[in-house]
Amino acid sequence: MLSLAWLVPVFPLIGSIVTGFFGLRIGKDAVGKVACGSVALSFMTTLIILAGLVMLPEEHRIYEQVVFTWFASGDLVVDFGYQIDPLSMVMMMVVTGVGLIIHIYSIGYMHEEYSYYRFFAYMNLFMCSMLLLVMGNNFLLMFIGWEGVGMCSYFLIGYYFEKKSACDAGTKAFVVNRVGDFAFLLGIMYIFKEFKTIDFTSVFAAAPNTLIYGGEAVTLITLFLFIGATGKSAQIPLYTWLPDAMEGPTPVSALIHAATMVTAGVYMVARCNALFMLAPMSMMTVAFIGGGTAIFAATIGMAQNDIKRVLAYSTVSQIGYMFLACGVGAFTAGIFHLVTHAFFKACLFLGSGSVIHGLHGEQDIRKMGGLKKYQPVTYLTFLISTLAIAGIFPLSGFFSKDEILFHSLVDGNMILWGMGVSGAFITAFYMFRLVFLTFHGESRVDPHVHPHESPKVMTLPLVVLAGLAAAGGLLGIPLIKGAHLLHHWLEPVFSFDMKAALDASAQMMIKEGHHVPAWSHLLEKEEHGLAMEIGLMLLSLVIALSGITAAYFFYIKYPTLPDRIMQGQWGYELVKNKYQVDEFYDATIVNPAIEGSFFLWKTCDAQGVDGAVNGVAKTIAWFSDQARAFQSGFVRNYALFMVVGFIGFLIVVF
Amino acid sequence: MELLIFYPIAFVSIVAALLVVFNKSPIGSAVSLIGMMLCLAGIFVMQKAHFIAILQVLIYAGAIMVLFMFVIMLLNLKGDDTAAWAARDKNKLLSVLTGVLVVGVLYKIVDIATRTELNSPAPLTDNFGTVAEVGKALFTDYVLPFEVASILLLVAMVGALVLAKSKVD
Amino acid sequence: MIPLSHYLVLSAMLFSIGVLGVLVRRNAIVVFMCVEIMLNAVNISLIGFDNYTDQVNGQIFSFMVMCVAAAEVSVGLAIVIALFRNKPTVNLDEFNLMRW
Repeated sequence: MLSLAWLVPVFPLIGSIVTGFFGLRIGKDAVGKVACGSVALSFMTTLIILAGLVMLPEEHRIYEQVVFTWFASGDLVVDFGYQIDPLSMVMMMVVTGVGLIIHIYSIGYMHEEYSYYRFFAYMNLFMCSMLLLVMGNNFLLMFIGWEGVGMCSYFLIGYYFEKKSACDAGTKAFVVNRVGDFAFLLGIMYIFKEFKTIDFTSVFAAAPNTLIYGGEAVTLITLFLFIGATGKSAQIPLYTWLPDAMEGPTPVSALIHAATMVTAGVYMVARCNALFMLAPMSMMTVAFIGGGTAIFAATIGMAQNDIKRVLAYSTVSQIGYMFLACGVGAFTAGIFHLVTHAFFKACLFLGSGSVIHGLHGEQDIRKMGGLKKYQPVTYLTFLISTLAIAGIFPLSGFFSKDEILFHSLVDGNMILWGMGVSGAFITAFYMFRLVFLTFHGESRVDPHVHPHESPKVMTLPLVVLAGLAAAGGLLGIPLIKGAHLLHHWLEPVFSFDMKAALDASAQMMIKEGHHVPAWSHLLEKEEHGLAMEIGLMLLSLVIALSGITAAYFFYIKYPTLPDRIMQGQWGYELVKNKYQVDEFYDATIVNPAIEGSFFLWKTCDAQGVDGAVNGVAKTIAWFSDQARAFQSGFVRNYALFMVVGFIGFLIVVF
Repeated sequence: MELLIFYPIAFVSIVAALLVVFNKSPIGSAVSLIGMMLCLAGIFVMQKAHFIAILQVLIYAGAIMVLFMFVIMLLNLKGDDTAAWAARDKNKLLSVLTGVLVVGVLYKIVDIATRTELNSPAPLTDNFGTVAEVGKALFTDYVLPFEVASILLLVAMVGALVLAKSKVD
Repeated sequence: MIPLSHYLVLSAMLFSIGVLGVLVRRNAIVVFMCVEIMLNAVNISLIGFDNYTDQVNGQIFSFMVMCVAAAEVSVGLAIVIALFRNKPTVNLDEFNLMRW
């Protein structure tokens, strides 16, 4: 059953080719069917593989399938192979499952579009790349998927390419991602230098015996990899592209910019846990960047008025949580949050899409309100997902976020925990601000627009996703031993033997004649009581509820209050303008780059290089001008030249 | 004795050639050319090249000149107007130079040609220039060039047809 | 017996007249006629040498020259007709499109 793995990315690829090349010919209905069908096939294959993987004994739950050797050059042998293990299994389930739901939703959402087929071709191509990313058995194949999803993201952000803002957003996403991808590539090269291989299994197996704990090499590798992850997963400092990416169609935002692609960085860090565990400094960086992003993006989210932008900042913030979890070594919690986030954020985006659809393209929440009675299904699903993201018991977000906060306190420190908790408060606040402004209160809808509920093909995916968002927490119920399914499931991937690694490092250091520092404290596990866990849970619940209450107070009870107290406050203005980060980047990086390019273009290229080239051309043209007088076009002239030549010949001969 | 016949014929042929060049009407040029050809046929006869002399009359003065006349009539060409004589290309220096050179070269050629050693010809055989003699050479030693010449004429014919026919299709 | 030099001088003069005609005339048909003069002048030399050395080669050659002349005239006049159809003149100076 596991040998079917190679089929999983193939289905969407076929779908992409069919819809892309024959889309106009086979018609809209067929395009939708092919696109969704291919993803559905992929999903079913994934289920079969899951069954196959479950049947294996726990410690052997890894399956590698080398389809062919991609290329071999000296030491570097790259196989085109798939690796199926619990971690990639989870990702495959999320990608194909959520992807399928969003594909179905898109049939309804994109129905009015002319280039329907183009959309689905890109979406299918994205699915293929994303599956390659999570299934690849080596870094380079992962990188191919990584670039593939980036490319599809670029295509889909710029889907409305006749809009300049969409084109610019696509370019921005592409360029910003390039920064991260470059670092990722450097990381891969460094890995190859150290290990002489880039296969996941061999690298991770060799890591403890090759790299010294906390050494320079492993720190650099992991930092490079993490910079790559910040680019793709929109973390500080490379997060600016994601809010702009909302120019794409809403299903794209849901699939690519919320559920799957942007979490690829988290997946990558989790996949490389064997490397990251060896680099405490990198771990600390990951945790602080994650925590910082979580709170930073959340504050920006408080003051945005575009429904999709609020969700975009929320996505950035939530991915920050995932990195926070990874940074403190709680990879399971990070992946858990990734899964639940995929459910509720996809649901939120699709819900916002439904709202936009119902309002004929209106995205400004100041022009919404009171939509509860027009769009009951959308409202209900949106509310469930919002409760989930805010972390209300017993919805999925509660479990995953709580687990992250718990680990950030236990394995991390108070600062990280404080960041997480305040982020959670803000999250609850701005998410409910969104709900209240959109669905509650007085209707501020343009009187010409008549809101309506979306068709079944759109609401049904919402219901399914809301169900998942509500029930997803069951994957990881804390407290009760053995009930944390996900933890148990991912155990083989994340079972990093710290003691063995430290011993190996110590041996290497002794061999090189270095002094071995005292690492024994790293192995001590702090015991924490059940009471503390429950206390933390209650605390986060209280924080979430207080966030909601604050939102209720501001936006339902006294709707005029926010404007009165916020207007003109420098803090509010700062947040509203997204901390001026875009302007800062424009001033420090983008504009100098543009000016430098202008200099290169106008001075070096246009004047220097072109001048030299044109000079040569002009010289030749001058000679040609002299020579062309002979080419008069008069036949007699040519005859005259002939005669002259002939006479010249005669003179030479005699 | 022969020179008495040669000089008038040569003189007439040169005058006719000059008339070809300087006649304003193409018809006049063509008629002068026929005259020149006939004179040359006479010269060929004097050189005992009977076969070529007959061909000269038949092909040149006959066929080719008829073709010329036919085209002139077909295109209904009048005499050149004087304006057309004014050169539009201004290569005067080159022209003068060419003229000087041509004169110089002609002088040289005449100088070489009139050397006395050229005036003692080999004795001619009896059947020199007869149709039989030329025909024998043509169909034995020169059969390949002869056939090639026939192909050349065929090609020329087809080419002329293709070029001159109006666009039917 | 007429010396060879007479033939050669006659040939050279006729040839020069032909060249002169080609160079100064603009009428395409007259230019062709001048080319014919040149070809004929060559024929005189060829047969003169033939006569002088008692050979047949020169006559064969002048026969070939006539063939070529016939072909040239037929194709050339066809071109003149084609040109005339394009632009109702045979003035060669009007056909100067093949220039810079």
